[in-house]
Amino acid sequence: MDGAQLTQQIINGLTLGSLYGLIAIGYTMVYGILRLINFAHGDVLMVGCYIAWFAAVQFGLPWWVALMGSMVLTALLGVIIDQGAYRPLRRAPRISALITAIGVSFLLENLGLVIFGGRPKAFARPEVFNQIYEWGGVRVLSLSIWVPILTAVILAGLLLIIYRTRVGMAMRALSRDMVTVQLMGVDTNRIVAITFALGSALAAAGGVFWAMKYPQINPLMGILPGLKAFVAAVLGGIGNVVGAMIGGLLLGMAEILLVAWLPELAGYRDALAFVLLIGILIFKPTGIIGQELPE
Amino acid sequence: MRRGFGFKNRCLATAAAILAICGLLWGAPTGHAQAAKKPIVVGVVLPMTGPVAAYGQMCWLGMQIAHDMEPTVLGRPVKLVLADNKSDNVEAANATSRLLKKEGAIAILGPATSGRALAVAPLAEKAQRPVISPTATNPLVTQGKKYAFRVCFIDPFQGKVAARYAYHKLGARKAAVLIDVAQDYCVGLGNFFMREFKKLGGKIVAQVKCNTGDQDFSAQLGTVKESGADLLYLPNYYTEDALVARQAKELGLKISMLSGDGAQAPELVKIGGKAVEGFAFTAHFHPAGVKGTLAGQFKSIYDKMKRAGKIKEDLTGFHALGADTYLVLLDAIKRSGSIEGPKLRAALAATEGFEGVSGEINIGPDGNAIKSAIILKVFKGKFAYVTTMNP
Repeated sequence: MDGAQLTQQIINGLTLGSLYGLIAIGYTMVYGILRLINFAHGDVLMVGCYIAWFAAVQFGLPWWVALMGSMVLTALLGVIIDQGAYRPLRRAPRISALITAIGVSFLLENLGLVIFGGRPKAFARPEVFNQIYEWGGVRVLSLSIWVPILTAVILAGLLLIIYRTRVGMAMRALSRDMVTVQLMGVDTNRIVAITFALGSALAAAGGVFWAMKYPQINPLMGILPGLKAFVAAVLGGIGNVVGAMIGGLLLGMAEILLVAWLPELAGYRDALAFVLLIGILIFKPTGIIGQELPE
Repeated sequence: MRRGFGFKNRCLATAAAILAICGLLWGAPTGHAQAAKKPIVVGVVLPMTGPVAAYGQMCWLGMQIAHDMEPTVLGRPVKLVLADNKSDNVEAANATSRLLKKEGAIAILGPATSGRALAVAPLAEKAQRPVISPTATNPLVTQGKKYAFRVCFIDPFQGKVAARYAYHKLGARKAAVLIDVAQDYCVGLGNFFMREFKKLGGKIVAQVKCNTGDQDFSAQLGTVKESGADLLYLPNYYTEDALVARQAKELGLKISMLSGDGAQAPELVKIGGKAVEGFAFTAHFHPAGVKGTLAGQFKSIYDKMKRAGKIKEDLTGFHALGADTYLVLLDAIKRSGSIEGPKLRAALAATEGFEGVSGEINIGPDGNAIKSAIILKVFKGKFAYVTTMNP
């Protein structure tokens, strides 16, 4: 493999990794605050993609309107899921909420199959993201440059909300002790709803960019990115938004380099993610930059 | 792949139970006269959802049209009972046993892909009822089995044809192969292609793998680019094909691409867009090649439905072969005058010169149809006929 080839593969890895990271941020944020692994995250992402698809392809709206609309409606969906599925279990053991999350995931997938049909739909990629730049044999799609920039912006916005606003303060407090926060007069249900709205909007954003890169959507499309984002989140230290980004980049890079260097092992690419997950859980359960839990 | 709730099935079961009770009340006075008209149940197992849903939906449409053309046999109505295999092996096996045991299906039509067909065949074998696949091309599907049939050609032939076309017509000498290792079909076809291509004097310069459902092929395509191949053979399913074509274009990989019969779905062009222009593949059928009474009738019904807006896509091999499984089964029932498994098997294995929708069908005792293959190419967003390759 020559220099240009290697650079190209590294860029491919960064492109894939930044998409994993973008999806993982929402995943890890919800976990960080509620200690709930929201397995439905990938399927919420799928719904976000379909909303954007209807807006952009069916109604011909510009892509950024479709993206915004999708984020708003998906946020609403997140709130509805929380109200319907998780809120009644707020005091139940954590495992009940986890299992419910898996149930929600199945529900969304099968609703998707009934409503949208099982055949994939083609997703359009806006011209801005469809430019190709070439330097010395290395080709980069403009989307691959925009995704990390947008992810950084979203990350900054999220950190701002969490560390610089009253809602963010309530979120951080809530992640430590929900009962005490409630006693202090904070409307915890409202804070949890906001958390889900934010997480779902992030899922929609991640999904729309994923669909722009890999321009087909189907009702089961959320499963794999969802699982990979989960691995990325654990890799980086679950609950830590910056860690999720780093975990995503690492995972994307590892997958691409595995296929590039060991083509005969390419069939085990998805397995690699889960081997990494098992490895990190055995050797450093808190992830790369996660803190030690007080428990 | 995860499994669904079976909610739909439960609803169907409830509805069926209510209907059955109504039927009992209604049919009580007439007694035996009704029993004679009891429908013959034919089970259909197809991927209606999941990664290869397009095949199932196209085959099912073809079967329904064929059913409309010939709704009765031996003076009894035929009832098609559809079960979704969700593009999954376990689901396919479950659906088949349900159709055989609960619905009392006399035969199974489907599945559309080789992996699923391989999962279903042992059940049909055990129940001694025939299973006829429209498009499962892997040789193992029927090998060593008495009750497994198909109405399409098989992969050793398809791979050979593809290699010859690549070597002689496209002038390819260095081929790269990208295979979906999760599918029996893709692995088999890829190997048959490589064997023949090497025999012809070509070289396989890169052999890369992927999995069904993969969306990123940039690493594999990097390897292909580095190998200096002049042809990429990718005998995979339509979604993967379309994504590979797009990503190859983004990575500046300008080589001919050749695929198998799995590429003939409208999604290839919808998802692939401009990147699949010139994309060629081996196929079973092209509407321009329609001949014979049944085929003409089928095509006119299809065209009428399309004009009425009920169908949006062009007629493909999956529609035609879906219809042919039904028509071949009905032909066998007529010739044997029976719906018993062993008699049907004997009749099916003696299918000779049957003029189906996809052309003439001859089925040998091995359960395989002997047919010619055609090469199609994407031209201005449509599947265009290139040439016919005979066995």
